[in-house]
Amino acid sequence: MLEIRNLHARIAEDGTEIIRGLNLTVKAGEVAAIMGPNGSGKSTLSYILSGREDYEVTEGDILYNGESILELDPAERAAKGIFLAFQYPVEIPGVATMQFLKVALNEQRKQRGEAELTTPDFMKRVKDAAAHLKIAPEMLRRPLNVGFSGGEKKRAEILQMALLEPKLCVLDETDSGLDIDALKIVSDGVNALRSPDRAVIVITHYQRLLEHIVPDTVHVLYKGQIIKSGDKSLALELEANGYADVIEAAA
Amino acid sequence: MSAQPQIKLTEAENALLIAYTEQVGDLPGNGDVLVARDRLITDIKTRGLPTRRVEAWHYTDLRNLLRQVPDHANGDVKALEPLIAGSAVLALENGKVVRKAKAEGVSVRGIAAMLEDGTGAFLMSPRGDDDAVGRINGGFLRDGLEIAVADGAALAEPIELQVLHSGGQSHGRFVVSVGAGASARIVERQQGNGAAQALVSSVSDLTLKAGADVTWVIVQEQGVSDTHLGQMNFRLEKDAKLRLFIVNAGGKLVRQEVHGVTVGEGSDFTFRVVNLLGGESHTDVTMTLGHDVPDTTSTEIVRNVVFDKASGVFQGQIRVAPDAQKTDARMACNTLLLSEEADFSTKPELEIFADDVQCAHGATVADIDRNHLYYLMARGIPEKKARALLVQAFVAEVVEELDDEPLVEALEDVIEGWLERHGN
Repeated sequence: MLEIRNLHARIAEDGTEIIRGLNLTVKAGEVAAIMGPNGSGKSTLSYILSGREDYEVTEGDILYNGESILELDPAERAAKGIFLAFQYPVEIPGVATMQFLKVALNEQRKQRGEAELTTPDFMKRVKDAAAHLKIAPEMLRRPLNVGFSGGEKKRAEILQMALLEPKLCVLDETDSGLDIDALKIVSDGVNALRSPDRAVIVITHYQRLLEHIVPDTVHVLYKGQIIKSGDKSLALELEANGYADVIEAAA
Repeated sequence: MSAQPQIKLTEAENALLIAYTEQVGDLPGNGDVLVARDRLITDIKTRGLPTRRVEAWHYTDLRNLLRQVPDHANGDVKALEPLIAGSAVLALENGKVVRKAKAEGVSVRGIAAMLEDGTGAFLMSPRGDDDAVGRINGGFLRDGLEIAVADGAALAEPIELQVLHSGGQSHGRFVVSVGAGASARIVERQQGNGAAQALVSSVSDLTLKAGADVTWVIVQEQGVSDTHLGQMNFRLEKDAKLRLFIVNAGGKLVRQEVHGVTVGEGSDFTFRVVNLLGGESHTDVTMTLGHDVPDTTSTEIVRNVVFDKASGVFQGQIRVAPDAQKTDARMACNTLLLSEEADFSTKPELEIFADDVQCAHGATVADIDRNHLYYLMARGIPEKKARALLVQAFVAEVVEELDDEPLVEALEDVIEGWLERHGN
């Protein structure tokens, strides 16, 4: 589903290279965890996948279902089924959450040539998904993410993911700032979306999240490259011994 | 009539004088009114229209910006559905009263008749030397309405004042008084339906008696080549509350003046403006507010969205009289500049002669927040739509604050419609 080939990318503004020859393949149905120390390029990778214009790809390619997505803007990528759950969801005053959800859903449907949802159908979908994530209807009446707690913001991201039904989900440190109960709710939300035709990339610092969202593969990102890949036991090994051994072995 | 022109008149000034000569025989008024009209026009003839050297017109050089004055000739006007269903519609077409819906607690009288019998002669007094809007309006005034809301009346449905035209000239007036303890919602719509160029002047004088509570909304949607000169003069008596909301969403050259004074303790003025500016238009909102007595409050928030080569101006002057202690006045002007060639000038002016007061003003200018845009796009919302959402969000805050569902929805439709037509 996703194939990243020898990707090199830098910050557009100052030219700092962050991703330095990254290779990664994620298949449909797979849950891949990406772990790595601070500053290794984890969040940058998620932004590049989503098409954020602050980063420039200088070499290599990103293939999604066999096609390069480098020329697509974030909206086009989203309509094709790529979803990034943000580490820091953006607060947008003046845009009501419900209005945002409706516009996002219908704009994606339009781009895919599908009919727009009727209001009752839309309301029902939101109500069901919100109930699963224990999101109060009151929260949805507020402006997007404004005044939401850290946990509420993360749940709102998963709500968006559930409603938009993407094919490739990228979760950027979705566990940060969550207490144990919220972590459970969010993880259940993600697990409910696991399916043979959907891939999930979980970016995290900690093994903790991976106890709830059990990965098929684990990849260590360091200085903009994947330096080691393995199965879920690799995450346990990192938790026990830290990154030093892996980094040394790769050097 | 012997005054010699002291200046070389512009094409537009000459056209105004010619138009006056052509129309005057036909305009209503007794001898006093006629003398007053002549005086107003003679002022224009001897001094010309104000230029940037006149302080109140510094950012809107009317003399140079007003290039042409259309003939008076008008065509048919298409009737307009009220913004809020059920409103009592009072309509002027091409400056003449054509419809007067009846509403309980509201009495209405035509201004043409007041000019004929001379009781309307007071309408011919300009505010001061720099009152070009009052001079043009008074000189050419054809008709309008005097509207009185009875003491204690609580109007369930809004009054909608429609000022419609089909090109050419249109000059109208409203004199409105809202009785003690009465409450009313008044929607004023300034709109043309012809392709022909128009010169519109519209002046309203509003008095709120003790404890009156009024929401007045001006929706200005003139055509792309129209000149709109608006003026609202108001007085707030004890504990009166006025919420004045202006949406400018049209016109080529627009000057909307608001001149108010709080004359009763405990009175409050809430002023909100949404300027939606595009094309090569120039829009000027000029407010002067006198806090003349102690314990009065005001807040002013102006939100500007500027596309293309449009330019805008907000002048906000707040005067606090020497004994007007405990005045609380807060003014803000926020601008979203959406093109390199767009332009907005803000001139706040606080003249404070009392010592125990709170007055503040602030101005910001910004572009669309890139993080906001990226977030919306990352959810599949195409750039154009995402930008429109963010622009709407920028003005939504002040609209929603009206806290009146049908009114909020109607204004959101006006704003959304404008953005759909002008969005980048």
